[in-house]
Parts: sequence; structure tokens; C-alpha cells
Amino acid sequence: MKRRALLSGLFAVTTIVLTSGAMAQQGPIKIGMSMAQTGGLAGGGKASLLGIEIWRDEVNARGGLLGRKVELVVYDDKSSASETPAIYAKLLDVDKVDLLFAPYATVPTAPLLPLVKQRGLLLMGNFSFQINSKIKHDMWFNNAPWGPADSWAASFLELGKKAGGKTIAMLAADQEFAQNLAQTTREVAKKLGMEIVFDQGYPPNTVEFSSIIRALNAKKPDIIYVASYPPDSAGILRAVNEIGVGDNVKLFGGAMVGLQFAAVMENMGSLLNGVVNYNTWLPEPSMYFDGTKAFFETYTKRAVEAKVDPLGYYIAPYGYAMGQMIEQAVNATKSLDQRGLAKYIRETEHKTIVGPIKFAEDGEWKETATLQAQFRGVKDKNIEQFRTAGKQVILFPEKLKTGDLLAPFEAARK
Amino acid sequence: MFSLDLWLGAIVLGVLLGCFYAAVSVGLSLSFGLLDVPHVAHPAFLVLASYGVYVLNDRYELDPLLAGLAITPLFFLLGLFAYRLYHETFERRGTDAAVRGIAFFFGIAFIVEVLIILQFGVDQRSVTAPYIGRSWRVGDLRIPYRQLVAFAVALSLTAVLTLYLSRTFMGRAIRAVAQDQEALRLMGANPVRVKQWAFGIATAVLGIAGALLIIVAPVEPMLDRAYIGRTFCVVVLAGLGSITGTLVAGIILGVAESIVLTMFGASWAPAIAFTMLLGVLALRPQGLLGRRS
Amino acid sequence: MRSAAARFWTGAILFLVLAVLATQTIGNQYPFFAGYVILQFIVLAVAWSILGGYAGYVNFGTSAFFGIGVYTAVFLVKAAEAPLPVQIAAAALVGALLGLGVGLLTLRMQGIYFSIATIALSIIIETLVINWRFVGGAAGIQIQRPPVLPLFDSYVQMLFVVQALLVVLAVAIARYIQNSWIGRGLQAIKDDELAAECTGVPTLRLKLLACVVSGALMCAAGAPAAMYLQYADPSSAFNLNYSVSVLAMSLIGGTAHWIGPVLGAILLGVTQQALAVTISSEVNVLVLGVMLVLFVVGAPEGLIGLIRKLGRKAAAGGA
Repeated sequence: MKRRALLSGLFAVTTIVLTSGAMAQQGPIKIGMSMAQTGGLAGGGKASLLGIEIWRDEVNARGGLLGRKVELVVYDDKSSASETPAIYAKLLDVDKVDLLFAPYATVPTAPLLPLVKQRGLLLMGNFSFQINSKIKHDMWFNNAPWGPADSWAASFLELGKKAGGKTIAMLAADQEFAQNLAQTTREVAKKLGMEIVFDQGYPPNTVEFSSIIRALNAKKPDIIYVASYPPDSAGILRAVNEIGVGDNVKLFGGAMVGLQFAAVMENMGSLLNGVVNYNTWLPEPSMYFDGTKAFFETYTKRAVEAKVDPLGYYIAPYGYAMGQMIEQAVNATKSLDQRGLAKYIRETEHKTIVGPIKFAEDGEWKETATLQAQFRGVKDKNIEQFRTAGKQVILFPEKLKTGDLLAPFEAARK
Repeated sequence: MFSLDLWLGAIVLGVLLGCFYAAVSVGLSLSFGLLDVPHVAHPAFLVLASYGVYVLNDRYELDPLLAGLAITPLFFLLGLFAYRLYHETFERRGTDAAVRGIAFFFGIAFIVEVLIILQFGVDQRSVTAPYIGRSWRVGDLRIPYRQLVAFAVALSLTAVLTLYLSRTFMGRAIRAVAQDQEALRLMGANPVRVKQWAFGIATAVLGIAGALLIIVAPVEPMLDRAYIGRTFCVVVLAGLGSITGTLVAGIILGVAESIVLTMFGASWAPAIAFTMLLGVLALRPQGLLGRRS
Repeated sequence: MRSAAARFWTGAILFLVLAVLATQTIGNQYPFFAGYVILQFIVLAVAWSILGGYAGYVNFGTSAFFGIGVYTAVFLVKAAEAPLPVQIAAAALVGALLGLGVGLLTLRMQGIYFSIATIALSIIIETLVINWRFVGGAAGIQIQRPPVLPLFDSYVQMLFVVQALLVVLAVAIARYIQNSWIGRGLQAIKDDELAAECTGVPTLRLKLLACVVSGALMCAAGAPAAMYLQYADPSSAFNLNYSVSVLAMSLIGGTAHWIGPVLGAILLGVTQQALAVTISSEVNVLVLGVMLVLFVVGAPEGLIGLIRKLGRKAAAGGA
């Protein structure tokens, strides 16, 4: 009797120990990130997160990664750089996540590069610009198509030069993204032999732009290059609409973040006409790859329910692509070892729904895929018009071009 | 180096802007200038008023100026209540109260700021009205209509207040209580009641000032921090308690800001009001037109 | 008297030993990450109280001094790769000079004018730094840490101990001032400045001394923050929240004794860390504002006052 009790007790304990060991291995793989769900960048942040969530649901439906479910641990960074260091410290030391995604956009991501370099961690970037240029972390990979540092400014300024422009006015917000871009713009302008007649910054929370625009107009530039974040992009467009720019301006826009968010586009309406701005993905035939169409069908349905950007062109597919790249890396290396994953990501050409992605030394794409497009014929208070071709005419790159620049700017505005 | 046109434009817009600054500061001229209440929460109430205007404009499509008028009685009551609380807790209790009074109002300002964030989020809000977004062509100069509206309302507000303080019984009582409380008490008026009424008016004025704030530019919850400097600068420069001084001081600040903004760039703009404030405090603490403090 | 000093120093040394032991035994970095912030606030609150608590001059420029501490460190790292002790010492020196300057400029103003003048200085200094491209300007600057000393597992742990040292330093200085003729003079100024002057108290010199000491400590507390965050930008470093938090901590703790700001900083600091991480950083500021208002209205002598009252009640009840 006693022996049987002892044996069954031993048997029970052994089973528990074995199965709990096995269950511990079945815990989810946690991917940690902060995301701008409030603040100036929320329009993009929420769409990006939805793209990542769609990937997570699909990968879990396929059985997860390495047999484990993928779980996202997300905090709201309020579009601010002062929130992210504490959030990522918490993700690493309290939530103990396995992998890190960066927050959406340059400003909240800037503080994280020294942190991940110091701890030797892989960081999948999410739409920041040149954030690794000083830190030179070798485990950083950006999902955004900017490519080499000066390609963005070059594509815009070359359009201006072709239209006969010689002088440039630069307006850049006093923050990491815009200032990084402004730096490259100055270098490109010198290379192209164009003169910068106005070069000013403004504090990020500026709301009143008419004085700045008036000072800018006084210099009579041919090209106006603006690097701004969503609230200021809207403010600048309104000021331009209120007091106008000179008739000699051939080209206006360039790097205004926010004019790609559906809510902003709907709000601005006809104020957008004539503006030449960057974009990443537009519904043109050459931009569809394996899985792209299916993604947008899923996205549109879920976006309407979640009250997120209904178009989702600009950033959501790139969030999904982040997931795809991590998935391919984890499945290929069969581990979560950060160095191993980084090596795989660096050496492979990834097939994603936004096309093939190959990384250069600094973690950016080897070739630029940033579009420059001009808004034409946009009507007020109509979001659906942006699903059709022709509202954003692609001027660059050559292989995706769908039209020519309409200049001067004031004429294109009507 | 800079064209005459640009200078002229900067000055004209500076005057318009300055009158707007006077309008948002005139309440403080009453509460701090005349009543000596360290009302650091004044800009926070101003932003609160602008959100009130936003809600009415957004939900009921009410013109922002009318919305401002609509919330004025509410803010009057808020002012009465706030002064009562302040008086009971601090003015009665003597020395250490000064430190705690300032701390109290800072606490209130922060609470208001956070409540706005919790209710509306940190994003910018703006109102729509037919005069927002278009401008008036005067030769080569384009003056936005919203600045003109703010200018006109600000002037009217200042005029009305000045008349009130000089022509009505209550108005004169308010001026009297600022000069000599004891004498007022001996004449049969209750100084505490008078001060409470004055604080109520100072807060009520914020209703319209809040409307102007959101007409001139979009608002966000932390905007009060930018206006602490501006409002106190205007009130101190004016000389405590002078309403017309507030207008003059406002214009000086507006023109200074406008010129620096146009000629030197926006990055220096936040410091102008505070630099002027420090200058006034260091050099001529009694301001331009005010009573001796 | 001697036993009081002995007790104080024993406590201080015990505190430091515990801090170092913690870094050797606790592996997880997060407690040090959060603990650093609380220690930093203790230093700031104690420093603030020297001028604001003892003398009654409500300084709203805490954020300016803190930010200057951060940017002194940033400047030294970028220009000369200076080691941490040099950064802190330099920051303290800059803080002392700044305190002297602020004092000379503003101490003829009283009450609310002094406070508003200190806010003014805060914003002006922030604007100057925003336009200073060498330290990153408005865009901010990323900072890389040097390798950590062999005693500690991680840089954050080392910073934790450094901040603990600063706490002991600040409290020791505050305690000395409080018990000396300086403290009595400051108290006289707080009670009635005019009377104090009439009775021969050197008010201006005492106020300047308080400004200098207070400023030096606040800047020193800010210097390690650059390495702590590995990132600095003006709007975070000069955030007015620092000024209000530190004011609240001191007033809530009670300004009569140096232990007041310590208690206030611990109470509010822990609450803030808990809320910021679990709920949101807004609710954190709300709680700060509400507690400040409640204490300022209801418990003017702060936690010290409440404890004393409870002590008296207990004694009366027991007797």
C-alpha cells in the first residue's frame, strides 16, 4: 500500500516536472515596442501597429514562430522622445521581451540607438531617417525605403532643377528628422550648384506660420523645401493658403510628414493641390507584389472597425514587412539569437509585400524607393478619391513615373 | 538687407498680435494687478476656455466668438468660487501663505492641464469659421482675417472693461479695494465681496479671450506654459492694474515678437516675452502706467 | 549634539553600503533605472528646500538648473570625452555661478515676482540651448556611454550609487545649514525680511549663499542624467515638470527640516514611477497636482507637520 502511494506520488511529481518544463518552452515569443498612439504622429503610429498586428495574426494562424505564439507588447510613447528610454528599459527588464521593434518615426526612436548598441540588441526600425548615422550600430534595419542619405533631397531638388529653378528656400522643424534631412539638403544643393537663399528652423510646437512664410517669400525662391511633422505640415499648408507664395515658385513640398495620413489628406482637401511630396506606396500597378493585394483587403476591413487610417497606404504595409523579415530570419536561423538574426537579415534579399528589400552597411535600404508625387485635382472632404489613380501623380523614380511636374506652384494649386 | 515691405508687414501684424495678447492678459491685470492674487493658473484657465469654445464649435457648429460669450457666465462663477477658496485658505492666514498661494495656483494649473489631456488627448484642436483661413489684401501685404477679428474684439473688450471700472459703482469699488481696503470697509462695502466679484469678472473675460486664442491658432493642452510668460510680461510691463497700460504693453510685446520672428527666425520666439519681463522687473518694476506697487 | 551627528553619519554610511550591496546582489536593471530617478529627485528637493524651504523664496527655475547640469555634461562629453566625476564637478561649478547670477539678478524681487523671474530664466536658458547646435540644438543628441567600472555590472547601477553619494552630500549640506547660523538667518528672512534686515541679519549675502549652494547641487544632480538616458534634448531636460515636481515634493514633505524634502521626494517619486509605468504619465502629473493642492491647503507644514501632530496626539493620549 505504502509503496504504491509512494510510486504514484513519484510518478505524479515527475509528470508535473516534465510537463511544466515542456510548457515553459511553449511560452509566447514577445516582441516589444512603443508606438505613437497619441500625439502628432498617432495617425501613422496606429496604422503601423495595425499592419504589424495583421502580420502577427497571420503568423500565429500558421503556427507561430519556432512552434510558439507571437505576442506583441506595446506601449504608447505619445510621439515623444522623452518617453521611449523608460519604456524600452521596462520592455527589456520587466516584460523581458525577446525581440525589439522601434517606435514609429525618427524623433521617438533617436534615444534608443545608444541603448541597443550598448546592450548588443537587434532593433527593427520603423520609418526613421538617418538615425543610425552617428551611432553606427550594426544590428539596425530600417523598414522605410529611404535608402542612401541624400537620395531623398536629391530626387526633389533635381525635379526643381529640371523645371528651371535655381534658388532654394528651406524650412525645417527643429527636431531630429527634419534636421537630418536639412543637412543632406544643404549638401545636395551644393553638389547641384543651386543657391540656398533661406534656411530656417522653427520650434516643433509652432502653430503660427504666416510670419515665417512671409519672411520666406521676401527672398523670392524658385523652390521651397519643407521638412515637417504632421501638425506643422498642416499649419504650413494653411499659412501658404492664407497668404500665398510668389508666382516664381516652381516646386513646393518635399518632406512633409503627415500629408500621407488619410485623416490629414481628407482635412486638407484642395489645399494639397500642387504640392509635391514624398510617399512610399501608392496604388499603382507596379507597386503590387506577392501578398500586397491580400494585405490591403484585410487591412481596409480592420481599419474601418478600429477607426484607424482607412487607406493605410503610407506605412501599414511596411509594418507588415517588418514582421515578414523577422519571420523569415527566425525560421531560417531556427533561433532568437540576436547576432544570428542580424547576420541573416543583412545578407539576405527579403521578399515582402512592399517588394524586395536588401540592406546596406548602415542598415538602410541599398537602393532608394522613395516616391515623389504631386497632388492634382484633389477635392475637399473626400477620402475615397485617393483610392483612384491620378490624384497623386508620381514624378520620381523614373521606372514608376506616371506624369510630369505641373509648374509653377501657384498655377498647379488651382 | 531686409525690405521695407517686410518690416512694415512685421509691424502691422505685430500690432494685431499685440492687441490679442492684451486681450488674453487683461483678466490677469485685474486678478494679479489689482487684487494681488498670484494667479499663475490664469493661462491654464485661458486654455480651458478655448477648449470649451472648441467643444461648442465642434458639436453645435457655433461661431467661436458666440461660443466664447456663451461660456462667459460659467467662467464668472468659476472665478467667484476660485477666489473664495483662495481667500479662505491663504489670504486669511498670514505670512507663509504667500509661498503656498503660488504653489496652490501652480497645482491648479497642472491639474487643469492634465484634465484637458485626459479628456481631449494631446493633439491640436482648432475651430472653423468663415473668417479663418482667408486674408485681406492690402497692396503687397496679406493680413489674415483671423488676426483682424482678434484685434477688433480685443479693442472692444479693453474699452468695455475700462468703462466698467471707471463708470460703474462696482467698478470703482474694485479700483478702490486695490488702493485701500480699510477705507473701503469704513465706507460700508465688504472688500472681500468686492474682490470676489472682481476675480469673477477677471475669469469671465477669459471666456472671450479663450475664443480669440483658438481663433488665432490651434490650441493644445500644454499651451498655457507658453502664455505664462506673455501674460505676466504684459501685466507687469503695463504697470499693475492699468487696463489701458495692458493694451500698450501688449502691443509692445506683439511688435517685438513679430520683428524677431520675421528677422531672426522662430527659434528665438519663446524667449522674447520672458526677456522683456526680466528687463522690466530689473529696471522699472512699476511698469509703464501702473500704480505704485 | 554629538550623538545626533553620530546617528546621522551612521545612517548615511549604512545607506551607501546598502546601495552598493543592492548593485551586487540584484541582477535586474529596472529597479536601478527607477531608483536612480527617485534618488535624483531627493537631491533636487533637498537642494530646492535650502532656498525655497528655509528662506521662503519659491524658486521655479529648478528645471533650468537641472537642464544646465545635463547640458554641461553633454558638452564635456562631446568636447573632451570627460569622465563622470569631472562632469559632475563642472556642473556643480556652473550651477554655483548660475545661482550667483540668478541671485544677483532677482533677489531684490520678492514673492511672486521672484518666482516668475525664475521661470523666465528657465525659458530663456532653454531657448539659448535650443539654438546651440554643438550640443544638438532642438533635435537632441545621442550619447554613448564609456565602458563601466569593473565593480559594477552595468552603467545604470554605477549611476545609482553615484546619485546615492549625491543624496548623502546634499542632505549633509542641508543639515549643516539648517543647524547653523545660516539656517537661523534664512528662517529670519522667511518670517519677516524687513525685520531681519533691521536687526542686522546680512540678508543679501545669506540669500546669495542659499542660491549658490542650491544651484550647485541641482546642477550636480542633473549631470549624470545625460549618461543615464544616453540622450538629451532641450524640451525634456528643461521640462517645467521638474520645477513643479520638486516644489511639490518639498512642500508636501515639509520645509522646516531637511528630512521633509527627502520624505516628499520618496513618496512622490515612488508614486510617479509606479503610475508612469502602470497607468500613464498623465495620471502621474494629475496626482502630483492634486497632492500639491491638498497638502498646500490642508497640511501647510507637510508630512513633518502631520507626523508631529500624530506624535503629539499619541503622547497626549498615552499620558
